[in-house]
Amino acid sequence: MTRIVVVTSGKGGVGKTTTSASFASGLAMRGFKTAVIDFDVGLRNLDLIMGCERRVVYDLVNVISGEATLNQALIKDKHCENLFVLPASQTRDKDALTEEGVEKVLKDLEHMGFEYVICDSPAGIERGAVMALTFADEAIIVTNPEVSSVRDSDRILGILQAKSKRAQAGGEPVKEHLLVTRYSPKRVEDGEMLSFKDVQEILRVPIIGVIPESESVLHASNQGTPAIHIEQSEVAEAYKDVIARFLGEDAPLRFVSYEKPGLFKRLFGG
Amino acid sequence: MSLLSLIFGSKPKTANMAKERLQLIIARERVDDGKPSADFLPAMQQELVAVISKYVHVNADDIKVSMEKKGNYEVLEVNIVLPEQN
Repeated sequence: MTRIVVVTSGKGGVGKTTTSASFASGLAMRGFKTAVIDFDVGLRNLDLIMGCERRVVYDLVNVISGEATLNQALIKDKHCENLFVLPASQTRDKDALTEEGVEKVLKDLEHMGFEYVICDSPAGIERGAVMALTFADEAIIVTNPEVSSVRDSDRILGILQAKSKRAQAGGEPVKEHLLVTRYSPKRVEDGEMLSFKDVQEILRVPIIGVIPESESVLHASNQGTPAIHIEQSEVAEAYKDVIARFLGEDAPLRFVSYEKPGLFKRLFGG
Repeated sequence: MSLLSLIFGSKPKTANMAKERLQLIIARERVDDGKPSADFLPAMQQELVAVISKYVHVNADDIKVSMEKKGNYEVLEVNIVLPEQN
Protein backbone atom coordinates (compact mmCIF):
# COMPACT_ATOMS: atom_id res chain seq x y z
CA MET A 1 0.00 0.00 0.00
CA THR A 2 1.22 3.47 -0.88
CA ARG A 3 0.63 6.26 1.61
CA ILE A 4 0.05 9.61 -0.06
CA VAL A 5 1.10 12.63 2.01
CA VAL A 6 0.36 16.20 0.91
CA VAL A 7 2.52 19.07 2.17
CA THR A 8 0.34 22.16 2.06
CA SER A 9 -0.18 25.55 3.71
CA GLY A 10 -2.36 27.95 1.76
CA LYS A 11 0.15 30.76 2.16
CA GLY A 12 3.31 30.90 0.07
CA GLY A 13 6.85 31.11 1.35
CA VAL A 14 6.28 29.28 4.62
CA GLY A 15 8.46 26.26 3.84
CA LYS A 16 6.35 23.77 1.89
CA THR A 17 9.02 22.83 -0.64
CA THR A 18 11.78 22.84 1.98
CA THR A 19 9.61 20.50 4.05
CA SER A 20 8.63 18.28 1.10
CA ALA A 21 12.28 17.83 0.15
CA SER A 22 13.44 17.07 3.69
CA PHE A 23 10.44 14.93 4.58
CA ALA A 24 10.75 12.80 1.44
CA SER A 25 14.52 12.50 1.97
CA GLY A 26 14.01 11.53 5.60
CA LEU A 27 11.61 8.72 4.68
CA ALA A 28 14.03 7.49 2.01
CA MET A 29 16.88 7.57 4.54
CA ARG A 30 14.77 5.26 6.69
CA GLY A 31 14.66 2.84 3.78
CA PHE A 32 11.22 3.57 2.32
CA LYS A 33 10.85 3.77 -1.43
CA THR A 34 9.61 7.33 -1.82
CA ALA A 35 8.55 9.67 -4.60
CA VAL A 36 8.11 13.41 -4.24
CA ILE A 37 5.93 15.24 -6.76
CA ASP A 38 5.95 18.97 -7.47
CA PHE A 39 2.37 20.16 -8.12
CA ASP A 40 3.35 23.78 -8.72
CA VAL A 41 2.80 23.80 -12.48
CA GLY A 42 4.33 26.91 -14.01
CA LEU A 43 6.46 27.74 -10.97
CA ARG A 44 8.45 24.60 -10.32
CA ASN A 45 11.09 24.78 -7.62
CA LEU A 46 11.32 21.39 -5.99
CA ASP A 47 13.93 20.43 -8.61
CA LEU A 48 16.16 23.33 -7.45
CA ILE A 49 15.74 22.49 -3.77
CA MET A 50 16.55 18.84 -4.48
CA GLY A 51 19.48 19.86 -6.68
CA CYS A 52 18.32 17.98 -9.77
CA GLU A 53 17.27 20.93 -11.94
CA ARG A 54 19.74 20.10 -14.70
CA ARG A 55 18.48 16.57 -15.03
CA VAL A 56 14.84 17.46 -15.72
CA VAL A 57 13.75 16.16 -19.12
CA TYR A 58 10.10 15.23 -18.68
CA ASP A 59 7.62 16.36 -16.05
CA LEU A 60 4.29 15.57 -14.40
CA VAL A 61 2.24 17.13 -17.21
CA ASN A 62 4.18 15.18 -19.86
CA VAL A 63 3.28 11.98 -18.00
CA ILE A 64 -0.38 12.94 -17.61
CA SER A 65 -0.71 13.81 -21.28
CA GLY A 66 1.03 10.60 -22.36
CA GLU A 67 4.10 12.30 -23.89
CA ALA A 68 6.42 10.45 -21.54
CA THR A 69 6.28 7.43 -19.28
CA LEU A 70 6.55 7.72 -15.53
CA ASN A 71 9.90 5.92 -15.70
CA GLN A 72 11.24 8.52 -18.11
CA ALA A 73 10.09 11.42 -15.95
CA LEU A 74 11.18 10.20 -12.50
CA ILE A 75 14.59 11.57 -11.49
CA LYS A 76 16.68 9.53 -9.08
CA ASP A 77 17.85 11.59 -6.12
CA LYS A 78 21.58 12.15 -5.76
CA HIS A 79 21.66 11.55 -2.00
CA CYS A 80 19.21 8.73 -1.40
CA GLU A 81 19.10 5.42 -3.21
CA ASN A 82 15.32 4.96 -3.05
CA LEU A 83 14.09 8.51 -3.58
CA PHE A 84 12.69 9.83 -6.87
CA VAL A 85 11.59 13.31 -7.90
CA LEU A 86 8.75 14.04 -10.32
CA PRO A 87 9.09 17.69 -11.35
CA ALA A 88 6.29 20.05 -12.30
CA SER A 89 6.00 21.48 -15.77
CA GLN A 90 7.49 24.93 -16.14
CA THR A 91 5.80 25.91 -19.38
CA ARG A 92 2.32 24.49 -19.20
CA ASP A 93 -0.92 25.75 -17.78
CA LYS A 94 -2.10 24.46 -14.44
CA ASP A 95 -5.32 23.30 -16.12
CA ALA A 96 -3.23 20.47 -17.55
CA LEU A 97 -3.57 18.78 -14.16
CA THR A 98 -6.68 16.65 -14.48
CA GLU A 99 -8.03 14.61 -11.62
CA GLU A 100 -8.00 11.43 -13.72
CA GLY A 101 -4.45 12.14 -14.82
CA VAL A 102 -3.18 12.69 -11.29
CA GLU A 103 -5.02 9.59 -10.06
CA LYS A 104 -3.40 7.48 -12.78
CA VAL A 105 0.10 8.74 -11.93
CA LEU A 106 -0.48 7.89 -8.25
CA LYS A 107 -1.84 4.43 -9.14
CA ASP A 108 1.16 3.77 -11.38
CA LEU A 109 3.54 4.79 -8.58
CA GLU A 110 1.77 2.31 -6.35
CA HIS A 111 2.26 -0.46 -8.96
CA MET A 112 5.95 0.46 -9.07
CA GLY A 113 6.21 -0.34 -5.38
CA PHE A 114 6.48 3.15 -3.92
CA GLU A 115 5.67 3.15 -0.21
CA TYR A 116 5.30 6.89 0.20
CA VAL A 117 4.34 9.59 -2.28
CA ILE A 118 4.86 13.16 -1.06
CA CYS A 119 2.81 15.80 -2.89
CA ASP A 120 4.40 19.26 -2.71
CA SER A 121 1.45 21.64 -3.03
CA PRO A 122 1.62 25.07 -4.62
CA ALA A 123 0.51 28.06 -2.56
CA GLY A 124 -3.05 29.28 -2.90
CA ILE A 125 -6.31 27.37 -3.06
CA GLU A 126 -6.61 26.88 -6.79
CA ARG A 127 -6.42 23.85 -9.02
CA GLY A 128 -2.82 22.81 -8.33
CA ALA A 129 -3.32 23.00 -4.56
CA VAL A 130 -6.61 21.11 -4.74
CA MET A 131 -5.10 18.40 -7.00
CA ALA A 132 -2.19 17.97 -4.58
CA LEU A 133 -4.52 17.24 -1.66
CA THR A 134 -7.31 15.37 -3.47
CA PHE A 135 -5.86 11.87 -3.07
CA ALA A 136 -4.03 12.42 0.22
CA ASP A 137 -4.12 9.92 3.07
CA GLU A 138 -2.25 12.29 5.36
CA ALA A 139 -1.54 16.02 5.30
CA ILE A 140 1.28 18.08 6.72
CA ILE A 141 0.08 21.64 7.27
CA VAL A 142 3.13 23.91 7.22
CA THR A 143 2.51 27.05 9.27
CA ASN A 144 4.65 30.00 10.37
CA PRO A 145 3.84 31.50 13.79
CA GLU A 146 2.39 34.56 12.13
CA VAL A 147 -1.23 35.70 11.64
CA SER A 148 -1.63 35.43 7.87
CA SER A 149 -0.03 32.00 7.73
CA VAL A 150 -2.21 30.63 10.55
CA ARG A 151 -5.38 31.96 8.94
CA ASP A 152 -4.47 30.50 5.54
CA SER A 153 -3.69 27.16 7.18
CA ASP A 154 -7.16 27.12 8.65
CA ARG A 155 -8.57 27.82 5.22
CA ILE A 156 -6.63 24.99 3.58
CA LEU A 157 -7.77 22.65 6.38
CA GLY A 158 -11.35 23.51 5.44
CA ILE A 159 -10.62 22.67 1.81
CA LEU A 160 -8.94 19.41 2.81
CA GLN A 161 -12.01 18.48 4.84
CA ALA A 162 -14.33 19.30 1.93
CA LYS A 163 -12.55 18.34 -1.28
CA SER A 164 -10.27 15.40 -0.56
CA LYS A 165 -11.43 11.97 -1.77
CA ARG A 166 -11.36 10.73 1.79
CA ALA A 167 -13.65 13.53 2.93
CA GLN A 168 -16.03 12.93 0.04
CA ALA A 169 -16.14 9.18 0.61
CA GLY A 170 -17.10 9.84 4.22
CA GLY A 171 -14.78 7.13 5.57
CA GLU A 172 -11.68 7.70 7.61
CA PRO A 173 -10.66 11.35 7.16
CA VAL A 174 -7.26 12.60 6.02
CA LYS A 175 -4.86 12.41 8.96
CA GLU A 176 -3.69 15.95 9.67
CA HIS A 177 -0.34 16.99 11.11
CA LEU A 178 0.72 20.52 12.05
CA LEU A 179 4.31 21.53 11.33
CA VAL A 180 5.34 24.94 12.67
CA THR A 181 8.34 26.30 10.77
CA ARG A 182 10.63 29.34 11.04
CA TYR A 183 10.20 29.22 14.79
CA SER A 184 12.20 31.53 17.02
CA PRO A 185 12.09 30.43 20.69
CA LYS A 186 13.66 33.71 21.78
CA ARG A 187 11.00 35.83 20.13
CA VAL A 188 8.32 33.56 21.61
CA GLU A 189 9.83 33.99 25.06
CA ASP A 190 9.91 37.76 24.54
CA GLY A 191 6.20 37.73 23.72
CA GLU A 192 6.81 38.81 20.15
CA MET A 193 5.83 35.61 18.38
CA LEU A 194 2.98 33.13 18.67
CA SER A 195 4.12 29.96 20.44
CA PHE A 196 3.64 26.60 18.77
CA LYS A 197 1.08 25.86 21.48
CA ASP A 198 -0.89 28.97 20.48
CA VAL A 199 -0.85 27.89 16.84
CA GLN A 200 -1.92 24.38 17.77
CA GLU A 201 -4.69 25.69 20.01
CA ILE A 202 -6.04 27.88 17.22
CA LEU A 203 -5.86 25.28 14.43
CA ARG A 204 -6.66 22.23 16.59
CA VAL A 205 -4.41 19.88 14.66
CA PRO A 206 -1.92 17.55 16.38
CA ILE A 207 1.63 18.83 16.13
CA ILE A 208 4.24 16.74 14.31
CA GLY A 209 7.15 19.09 14.77
CA VAL A 210 8.65 22.54 15.16
CA ILE A 211 11.42 23.63 12.79
CA PRO A 212 13.53 26.49 14.12
CA GLU A 213 14.31 29.57 12.05
CA SER A 214 17.81 28.98 10.80
CA GLU A 215 20.44 30.14 8.38
CA SER A 216 21.04 26.57 7.34
CA VAL A 217 17.81 26.47 5.28
CA LEU A 218 19.13 29.12 2.89
CA HIS A 219 22.51 27.42 2.97
CA ALA A 220 20.80 24.17 1.96
CA SER A 221 18.76 25.66 -0.86
CA ASN A 222 21.79 27.55 -2.19
CA GLN A 223 23.54 24.26 -2.83
CA GLY A 224 20.51 22.20 -3.81
CA THR A 225 20.70 19.88 -0.83
CA PRO A 226 17.59 19.17 1.26
CA ALA A 227 18.01 20.76 4.70
CA ILE A 228 17.80 17.37 6.42
CA HIS A 229 21.26 16.57 5.03
CA ILE A 230 22.98 19.60 6.58
CA GLU A 231 25.12 17.89 9.21
CA GLN A 232 24.82 19.05 12.80
CA SER A 233 22.19 21.67 12.05
CA GLU A 234 19.17 22.05 14.31
CA VAL A 235 16.92 22.08 11.25
CA ALA A 236 18.18 18.68 10.09
CA GLU A 237 17.72 17.25 13.58
CA ALA A 238 14.23 18.73 13.83
CA TYR A 239 13.24 17.19 10.47
CA LYS A 240 14.64 13.81 11.57
CA ASP A 241 12.43 14.08 14.67
CA VAL A 242 9.43 14.80 12.42
CA ILE A 243 10.14 11.56 10.51
CA ALA A 244 10.42 9.63 13.78
CA ARG A 245 7.06 10.97 15.01
CA PHE A 246 5.46 10.33 11.63
CA LEU A 247 6.58 6.71 11.88
CA GLY A 248 5.04 6.46 15.33
CA GLU A 249 8.21 6.75 17.39
CA ASP A 250 8.41 8.77 20.57
CA ALA A 251 10.48 11.92 20.07
CA PRO A 252 10.07 14.90 22.41
CA LEU A 253 10.06 18.35 20.80
CA ARG A 254 13.51 19.94 20.64
CA PHE A 255 14.72 23.48 19.85
CA VAL A 256 11.54 25.04 21.21
CA SER A 257 12.85 26.75 24.31
CA TYR A 258 15.28 29.60 24.54
CA GLU A 259 18.41 29.36 26.59
CA LYS A 260 20.24 32.55 27.35
CA PRO A 261 23.75 32.32 25.98
CA GLY A 262 26.28 31.99 28.76
CA LEU A 263 29.25 34.30 29.20
CA PHE A 264 31.53 31.88 27.40
CA LYS A 265 29.27 31.71 24.36
CA ARG A 266 28.88 35.47 24.31
CA LEU A 267 32.63 35.95 24.39
CA PHE A 268 33.66 33.30 21.95
CA GLY A 269 30.52 32.75 19.88
CA GLY A 270 28.74 29.46 19.41
CA MET B 1 6.56 53.44 22.59
CA SER B 2 6.35 54.86 26.07
CA LEU B 3 9.22 56.60 27.81
CA LEU B 4 9.56 53.72 30.25
CA SER B 5 9.89 51.12 27.56
CA LEU B 6 12.42 53.33 25.81
CA ILE B 7 14.50 53.50 28.95
CA PHE B 8 14.30 49.80 29.66
CA GLY B 9 14.51 48.89 25.99
CA SER B 10 11.64 46.40 26.11
CA LYS B 11 9.94 45.52 22.85
CA PRO B 12 6.15 45.45 22.63
CA LYS B 13 4.64 42.08 23.42
CA THR B 14 2.26 41.60 20.53
CA ALA B 15 1.96 37.80 20.39
CA ASN B 16 -1.12 37.85 22.62
CA MET B 17 -2.81 40.30 20.30
CA ALA B 18 -2.06 38.02 17.38
CA LYS B 19 -3.60 35.08 19.19
CA GLU B 20 -6.78 36.91 20.18
CA ARG B 21 -7.31 38.32 16.70
CA LEU B 22 -6.76 34.94 15.10
CA GLN B 23 -9.14 33.18 17.45
CA LEU B 24 -11.88 35.66 16.61
CA ILE B 25 -11.44 35.73 12.85
CA ILE B 26 -10.99 31.98 12.48
CA ALA B 27 -14.03 31.22 14.60
CA ARG B 28 -16.05 33.53 12.38
CA GLU B 29 -14.71 32.10 9.14
CA ARG B 30 -15.40 28.55 10.28
CA VAL B 31 -19.04 29.47 10.94
CA ASP B 32 -19.30 31.07 7.49
CA ASP B 33 -17.87 27.90 5.96
CA GLY B 34 -20.46 25.74 7.64
CA LYS B 35 -23.31 27.71 6.14
CA PRO B 36 -24.70 26.43 2.87
CA SER B 37 -24.34 28.87 0.06
CA ALA B 38 -27.54 30.85 -0.05
CA ASP B 39 -26.96 33.51 -2.66
CA PHE B 40 -30.42 32.91 -4.03
CA LEU B 41 -32.27 33.78 -0.84
CA PRO B 42 -32.95 37.49 -1.54
CA ALA B 43 -34.27 36.76 -5.05
CA MET B 44 -36.43 33.94 -3.75
CA GLN B 45 -37.78 36.16 -1.01
CA GLN B 46 -38.85 38.79 -3.56
CA GLU B 47 -40.55 36.20 -5.74
CA LEU B 48 -42.38 34.77 -2.76
CA VAL B 49 -43.61 38.24 -1.87
CA ALA B 50 -44.86 38.68 -5.43
CA VAL B 51 -46.70 35.34 -5.48
CA ILE B 52 -48.27 35.64 -2.05
CA SER B 53 -49.32 39.23 -2.65
CA LYS B 54 -51.55 37.98 -5.44
CA TYR B 55 -53.71 36.21 -2.89
CA VAL B 56 -53.24 37.95 0.44
CA HIS B 57 -52.01 41.33 1.40
CA VAL B 58 -48.59 41.03 2.99
CA ASN B 59 -45.74 43.41 3.63
CA ALA B 60 -42.43 42.50 2.06
CA ASP B 61 -40.83 42.59 5.51
CA ASP B 62 -43.23 40.01 6.84
CA ILE B 63 -41.80 37.24 4.69
CA LYS B 64 -38.53 35.97 6.04
CA VAL B 65 -36.45 33.24 4.44
CA SER B 66 -33.34 31.72 5.92
CA MET B 67 -31.19 28.68 5.49
CA GLU B 68 -29.52 26.82 8.32
CA LYS B 69 -27.42 23.74 8.67
CA LYS B 70 -28.57 21.25 11.30
CA GLY B 71 -26.28 18.26 11.47
CA ASN B 72 -26.26 16.71 8.04
CA TYR B 73 -29.41 18.53 6.89
CA GLU B 74 -29.87 21.92 5.41
CA VAL B 75 -33.08 23.51 6.57
CA LEU B 76 -34.77 26.14 4.44
CA GLU B 77 -37.09 28.15 6.63
CA VAL B 78 -39.79 30.43 5.23
CA ASN B 79 -41.68 32.47 7.78
CA ILE B 80 -44.72 34.41 6.59
CA VAL B 81 -46.54 36.64 9.01
CA LEU B 82 -50.03 37.47 7.80
CA PRO B 83 -51.38 40.86 8.78
CA GLU B 84 -54.07 40.90 11.45
CA GLN B 85 -57.59 40.84 10.05
CA ASN B 86 -59.47 44.01 10.78
